[in-house]
Amino acid sequence: MLPTPDTSHVSFDTIYEPSEDSYLFLDTLSSPSESKWLIEKFQSANPMPLVVEAGTGSGVVLAFTAAQSQEIFGRRDILTLGTDVNRNACIATRQTVSTAIKEQQEAQENPADSKLHAVHASSITSDLCSALRPGSVDVLLFNPPYVPSEELPRLPSAEENDPVTAKAMSRSAKFENDSYFLSLTYAGGADGMETTNRLLNDIPGILSSRGVAYVLLCKQNRPDEVIGRVRNQGGWCAEIAGSSGKQAGWEKLVIVRIWREDRS
Amino acid sequence: MKVITANFVTCSVKECKTSPSAFPLHFHDAELEMQELDFQPEFIRNVLPRIDWEALRVTANELGFPSLPESKPEGEALDDEQTLKDLHRLLLETQVMEGRLICGNCSHEYVLKEGIANFLLPSHLV
Repeated sequence: MLPTPDTSHVSFDTIYEPSEDSYLFLDTLSSPSESKWLIEKFQSANPMPLVVEAGTGSGVVLAFTAAQSQEIFGRRDILTLGTDVNRNACIATRQTVSTAIKEQQEAQENPADSKLHAVHASSITSDLCSALRPGSVDVLLFNPPYVPSEELPRLPSAEENDPVTAKAMSRSAKFENDSYFLSLTYAGGADGMETTNRLLNDIPGILSSRGVAYVLLCKQNRPDEVIGRVRNQGGWCAEIAGSSGKQAGWEKLVIVRIWREDRS
Repeated sequence: MKVITANFVTCSVKECKTSPSAFPLHFHDAELEMQELDFQPEFIRNVLPRIDWEALRVTANELGFPSLPESKPEGEALDDEQTLKDLHRLLLETQVMEGRLICGNCSHEYVLKEGIANFLLPSHLV
């Protein structure tokens, strides 16, 4: 088994702790069938792929993708970028990804010029892909807040993410603030789909012509309907790339791969 | 935030996405830090095709780097180690730690603190 990136430096007060869904992402991307698909698409194709994760949390998924780029994409050069609405998650991700890359390089015994050369461009505080240049993303990863909830928590403002604001908080204010940021990591509003739907709508604009997106869904999100909707918009393909945890005959979690139809 | 990031980000305001003046965002009061990274010429060669050269020239200029050539290095120029080393230094080793990124279209300012840029909008712009 490929090593899971270290997240021991991450404080889970406001950040989602890697769980079953995160690990399903790791297993799916590195599964023989999925890496075969990705290697065919990205191994020899220049320029190098830009891999973006929206809502990185601890950064465990992006770090794994960067560190294992040889296994997943069949190439050792890769550029990563992470976004999250929580500034603390951005700081955590930056460290998780750089550490995973460094540890993988140190574990490799091959000469320096054939070692992994993944580079983490940065982690930025942003709502999904709203700050990214249209058409720039080759691989988009999204483990959404997918739990159905009565209300969708509002997005934090720039000021709420200012480190000065957090430092000035009382204990009870900090507790409330932490609970709010944590709710952003799981609460998905109606059908658990409100945030995911926004991302799905962004996909055609944000992906490059060779781009592919991986989106995790739970049973209550009705994956079959989502797949049908993507396919019905014309020019787009969707397939289940990985699944876990059968419950009464149903898959509890699935990861859907979404990509442009090949017109060549 | 590595300088290469500036080539992939733009203003978060929806209406700015179609405006050519919203890209690249403009650095103001940038504080830089150098973080050494193994030089791999192949990485620079493979990343160059996806760099918007005009935008990078603007960024390099705003960060106080020597002017980049007018056109993107191609062909034999990619064998020149110094050219690749200079780009490696600018794109991957230079980190913007503090400062502001300003949209040329709507003038909104995004603040960078401790290397993390904040692209969230105030509620009246969402």
